[in-house]
Amino acid sequence: MNMIASLGKIAIAFVRETGRMGIFIKDIFRWMMMPPYRFNAAIEQMMEVGVLSFPVVMFTAIFTGMVLSLQTYTGFQRFGAQSMVGTVVALSMTRELGPVLTGLIVAGRAGSSMTASLGTMRVTEQIDALYTLAANPVKYLVVPRVIAGVIMLPILVCLSDIIGMVGGYAVSVFSLDANPVTYMQRSFDFLEFKDVFSGLVKAAAFGLIISVIGCYYGFYTEGGAEGVGKATTRSVVVAFLMIFVANYLLTALFFSEQGGKFDPRGKSLQSFRRQTGAPRRQPSLR
Amino acid sequence: MLRGANLHCAKGESMVIIGGSGTGKSVMIKHMIGLLTPDSGTVTVAGKVVSELTERELNELRKKFGMLFQGAALFDSLTVGENVGFALREHTTLSETKIRERVAERLRMVGMPGIENLMPAELSGGMKKRVGLARAIAMDPEIILFDEPTTGLDPVMADVINDLIIKTTRALSVTSVTITHDMVSANRIADKIAMLYEGKIVAVGTPDEIMFHQTNPAVKEFVEIGRIIRQTEAVQGRDKSGVAHR
Repeated sequence: MNMIASLGKIAIAFVRETGRMGIFIKDIFRWMMMPPYRFNAAIEQMMEVGVLSFPVVMFTAIFTGMVLSLQTYTGFQRFGAQSMVGTVVALSMTRELGPVLTGLIVAGRAGSSMTASLGTMRVTEQIDALYTLAANPVKYLVVPRVIAGVIMLPILVCLSDIIGMVGGYAVSVFSLDANPVTYMQRSFDFLEFKDVFSGLVKAAAFGLIISVIGCYYGFYTEGGAEGVGKATTRSVVVAFLMIFVANYLLTALFFSEQGGKFDPRGKSLQSFRRQTGAPRRQPSLR
Repeated sequence: MLRGANLHCAKGESMVIIGGSGTGKSVMIKHMIGLLTPDSGTVTVAGKVVSELTERELNELRKKFGMLFQGAALFDSLTVGENVGFALREHTTLSETKIRERVAERLRMVGMPGIENLMPAELSGGMKKRVGLARAIAMDPEIILFDEPTTGLDPVMADVINDLIIKTTRALSVTSVTITHDMVSANRIADKIAMLYEGKIVAVGTPDEIMFHQTNPAVKEFVEIGRIIRQTEAVQGRDKSGVAHR
């Protein structure tokens, strides 16, 4: 009986939380459309989410590119495909590593800051004070943060992609003695618009996830300073999980027509054959 | 939390709601301004049922209110001047000069002139309460709600805040509702006192009736304990100031 009661409680809590989140998201979009628009607040948040996150994003991207280059080189050397290092770095950074790593960094840095800041405002009654001053806190506090997240994440990812590729180039050319011209050629020969575009769409989605989750947990914080700490931890964990789930779903959406396989009819492979003179039956990369 | 609480506050009256911690005083005041919605029953302000108002109507009603929160609830990221002028900038078409003048005037009224450029973090508890009061009266409200205005302050500062509440509410001719567990404060600022106990209003009367002519045991006990605590605090305050002067 106790177990059934516990399950019931969990189900009720889940439904309540989901419903509250749904209403919160609806409110965000409703207030986003309604004037007056608070451009200055959005720009302030863009500074917080984008500009102040940039050094960490840059650091992560450059070392990710460098490690990727090193790992790929040592792996590809076994079957003589070192010339493809630039391609792997470029595709990995634009499609996956740039968006996901940037998303995780921003969730940890800016998302947690959103929760802590709104949570503190909630427990010190500043959010209630906004209501009593006839100002809607979703419009004043949440909408600028969501706009900043959705706009700044793609910009950060763009920069992260470039920096990661530069890191890969640096290691390949200066440490592994790769030919700089070949490296650059290979980097861009197989890179399609869709690769970059899918990464940027993912980034915008991650920006939305981070800001909505960060604001949601802050907005509904309870339990004083301890509650703020718990809400911040929860928001970062949930944002991380949602980023991984959304990443899979968006990847499946963008690249589902290839079924996740190395499609011999694909444009990229034909281009690969043209560039390298490889036979029709390509040896497996396993 | 509130179960059958029934209270009427007349226009221009200073109503103080007393009661122990966790009896629902804050819940009651939050219902009045629409921060909480009742599960059943109604809260009527100026003839309008608060829970039946649309968001726009509720915001219009809220413009008639000023509220001083227990911790003042000043916006951390804004200066004192921006805090006090917040509603003026959001809801009026006053020029920036006029807004600055009004802010300066309200800060003078609460005895804190010339601190517009300070940040809330630079203020003491008592100063924050005064700035909170200046923000609450910035829009010339018709009703002011005070949530535990003297809690967390030493007896001297509590008296200063009580004086300020009396002075400003009289100067602006407003209706005020105060919740407190400080009996001295209640006695000083109230036209009427209501006692909230176990979710109900168990007694309403003038300060004299509540303090000295009550038969309800819960009210009598609360008043007596409140008096003892305040006397102890006053003695401790005198001792501390005596040591400091020596």
